[in-house]
Amino acid sequence: MTRKHALAPAIAALIACSQACAQGEPVRFDAVGDAIPRPLTSEPGDAARGRSIVVNRDAGACTLCHAVPGEKTSGNIAPALAGVGARLSPAQLRLRVADSTRVNAESPMPAYYRTEGLNQVAGAFRGKPILSAQQVEDVVAWLATLKGPQ
Amino acid sequence: MRFAGLALAAAALAAGAAPAQERAIPSGELKSGSAFLGSDLRALQNDAFANPGMLWVERGEKLWREPAGKKNLACASCHKDTSMRGVAASYPKIDKASGKLFNLEGRINQCRTERMGAEPLRYESEDLLALTAYIARQSLGLPIAARIDGAARAHFEAGRAAYHLRRGQMNLSCAHCHDAQWGKRLLSETISQGHPNAYPAYRMEWQTMGSLERRLRACLSGIRAEMLPYGSQEYLDLELFLAWRAQGLPIETPGVRR
Ligand code: HEC
Ligand code: HEC
Repeated sequence: MTRKHALAPAIAALIACSQACAQGEPVRFDAVGDAIPRPLTSEPGDAARGRSIVVNRDAGACTLCHAVPGEKTSGNIAPALAGVGARLSPAQLRLRVADSTRVNAESPMPAYYRTEGLNQVAGAFRGKPILSAQQVEDVVAWLATLKGPQ
Repeated sequence: MRFAGLALAAAALAAGAAPAQERAIPSGELKSGSAFLGSDLRALQNDAFANPGMLWVERGEKLWREPAGKKNLACASCHKDTSMRGVAASYPKIDKASGKLFNLEGRINQCRTERMGAEPLRYESEDLLALTAYIARQSLGLPIAARIDGAARAHFEAGRAAYHLRRGQMNLSCAHCHDAQWGKRLLSETISQGHPNAYPAYRMEWQTMGSLERRLRACLSGIRAEMLPYGSQEYLDLELFLAWRAQGLPIETPGVRR
């Protein structure tokens, strides 16, 4: 995270921040292979909160690209999320949500928990990950429940 | 073989076109944005009496004849009425005198400031949209044929780089959507190939006419990327790259879009 103009973004963030902003939180995780084995927070993920983050257009907005169980409207750019909890472990899900470009460099999926190496980020979002660490854990907790084909 | 290939490439460059294999979407697969619309909007665009953008074309025709500025000249004082056919299809273009790249909006403003002694028109002002639409309409059906040789080459390369740059909090490039995912749905909206051939266009969401740059800014804001000021060099370069990608597609101005 760059800290060049510490005060101005802090004020802008106070005004512009929705609950999706992870203000001031250090963004780092340890990937091992194609997974992040250690949870990003000490509080366990909450699957119900995770679901609402997945479908909320101002938070995860995953339905832009993925079909999501229980949602009628969705894009068709990415694989359907049904059954993803059976295909992938929570640790693998965590890396795919945090930074899918670590799994596939060409991935169009936004890196939800990353602030480094991005270009021309709009002022209101600069230096902030799309989701907070707790939100990533919540999303992973819900994805892990998606075991069946529906 | 290699030499024949090089000679072909050289000939293509000399003609202002880059070798066909460099294009992500080959010319046989080019589709205008209107091909991705519902039939209702496509019909609206194609009906010159119902197309709401035609109001701007008509306003543009009036402005074309209206004297403006210190010299009290109109566009029509210098240009013949029929002289604009094909012009929009060749933009963005290098201005021979200054060596700079201009889009149509920039050229209109250059005529105003340097030849008419008038103020430049603001981007997205009714008057600039009207004049641009009026001039572009005269290329209706003509294939886009922007040149990328000579001084344009460096702008083309910069535009290509800008097109492929991942940007914004969502970390996407133009190519991620318009080369790799066209025809697929982003939520409920079908992604087109991202061509410039219908601009300025009337967009339902705007409830008005907008320039190509306004559309680009909408894409940038969608991926939470910085929006540059209208007329920025990066936009001009990007517009030249878009014209090259769309080479051969017919001009459809004024387009109608969601
Ligand atoms: C702009 C498009 C886009 C968005 C938005 C998006 N994804 Fe993805 N996602 C993809 C694509 C494409 C893949 C396929 C693998 C790849 O190319 O990285 C993928 C893969 C995945 C995978 C691995 C699936 C598997 O079967 O291997 C998971 C899990 C996932 N996404 C979860 C999410 C969640 C959760 C969100 C929202 C918080 C989200 N995605 C938002 C495009 C997207
Ligand atoms: C996340 C996906 C996405 C990204 C990234 C994106 N666009 Fe778009 N773009 C769209 C959608 C959706 C539309 C509206 C539907 C359509 O016409 O494709 C659109 C429309 C357009 C249009 C208008 C096409 C028409 O016929 O009306 C152009 C031109 C365009 N984009 C160019 C670009 C350029 C240049 C970039 C990069 C600076 C870019 N787009 C980035 C999704 C995207």
